[in-house]
Amino acid sequence: MQIILFNNVSLSMERELTLAELLVQQGYEENGFAVAVNQTFVPRSTYASVCIREGDKVDVIVPMQGG
Amino acid sequence: MTPEETQRYSRHFSLPHLGVAGQKRLKRSKILCIGAGGLGSPALHYLCAAGVGTLGIIDHDRVELSNLQRQILYNVKDIGQLKTLAAKSRLLKQNPNIDIIAHPEKLTEKNALSIIQDYDIVLDGTDNFNARYLINDACCVLGKPNIYAGVFQFSGECSVFMPNNGPCYRCLYDTPPSISPNCSEAGVLGVVPGIMGTIQATEALKLALGQCSSLVGKVLRFNALNLTFETFTLSANPDCPLCSNGQSFYDLSHHHSQELCTMTSLNNDASTSTIEYITPQALKTLMEQNSDFILLDVREPEEYEECNLAGLLIPLRELNLRHHELDKEKSIIVHCRMDGRSLQAAEFLCQIGFPTVKYLKGGIVAWAQEIGDMPNISIPL
Ligand SMILES: [Zn+2]
Repeated sequence: MQIILFNNVSLSMERELTLAELLVQQGYEENGFAVAVNQTFVPRSTYASVCIREGDKVDVIVPMQGG
Repeated sequence: MTPEETQRYSRHFSLPHLGVAGQKRLKRSKILCIGAGGLGSPALHYLCAAGVGTLGIIDHDRVELSNLQRQILYNVKDIGQLKTLAAKSRLLKQNPNIDIIAHPEKLTEKNALSIIQDYDIVLDGTDNFNARYLINDACCVLGKPNIYAGVFQFSGECSVFMPNNGPCYRCLYDTPPSISPNCSEAGVLGVVPGIMGTIQATEALKLALGQCSSLVGKVLRFNALNLTFETFTLSANPDCPLCSNGQSFYDLSHHHSQELCTMTSLNNDASTSTIEYITPQALKTLMEQNSDFILLDVREPEEYEECNLAGLLIPLRELNLRHHELDKEKSIIVHCRMDGRSLQAAEFLCQIGFPTVKYLKGGIVAWAQEIGDMPNISIPL
């Protein structure tokens, strides 16, 4: 079991997942957001190759348009 | 520097990196603030007070009473006035030594380059994605630093995008979300743009003084509820059309194509929308017939608690992530308080392939007026 922090909530995964798999599992299928892994933004084109494992912190960041 | 200025800026003179030389640098700098609202108000106040020699203000809006909750540049007498002109007169009272250039017009693909090119530094204090992408692209083309901030309810974010190698706004957000409420829809705590706009002014002053900004390649996210500041690292995105492979020119006429077309189509109001509506009476009939449809409430949970029609609650801002909770086989009737959010939601659901989507005309307010009977109501509307 792999425990990660997803949007600041603890989440247990059966196995290591790619970032792309994790996002689909969590219902993020559209564009229009950015993702940071361990406080660093990850380009969308690498979601399928970034591996998320025990102890990682993943944040889905939605842009704020207000001013 | 005049004796008046020497006295006025005396608190700057003993500061490292500033002094008389730094003050002269500020006087020579030209900073453009795009948007004179919640973010622009504090930013302009401080830049003016600090003695930035030329301040440009671009905004096409007029002051409204609902602006005064956070837009501290304005007072009751300014209501109905152009924001640029009201801001200029207020700021000149604060510091008559500086030049303020009002641009009372909307920033467009046509005027962006010619307006921005006269300034050294740009502050993005706008309230919509179209403007934010346009400012980003224009600043990349012209090689101007773009100090960006955005706010949402109790949160804000800020970053500084330097020209040439990026990262830029497109490196961070390649496409806007298909739906996203603005301040008038989602609300904002007034101090949040106050804090974020003040951070923008801080970084602008540092750049004007020839110092580095601490927010290059960083995104600062602020949450007022738990009072946290979180910093994220951002690198140039290899897929960014502006920052990848050293592309030095980008045609601004491409703006409304592709990525932004979904946003512009969401600006439809009831009069131009092709979405069908249903009246409260017709909805009541459907309910009484136990028809098979989903009533979708896209308001916020707090509004739902106050009163609701027992619909499924998915706030508009979450709909792009949670639409799979809806059964595509069923017809959907969307409602909000009145018409604004429900129309956006209905447009969105149509775009992503829901075959039958209608909205409740006049929302729950119309229901309360015409039907009165509220299945789940705890306190009056
Ligand atoms: Zn970029």
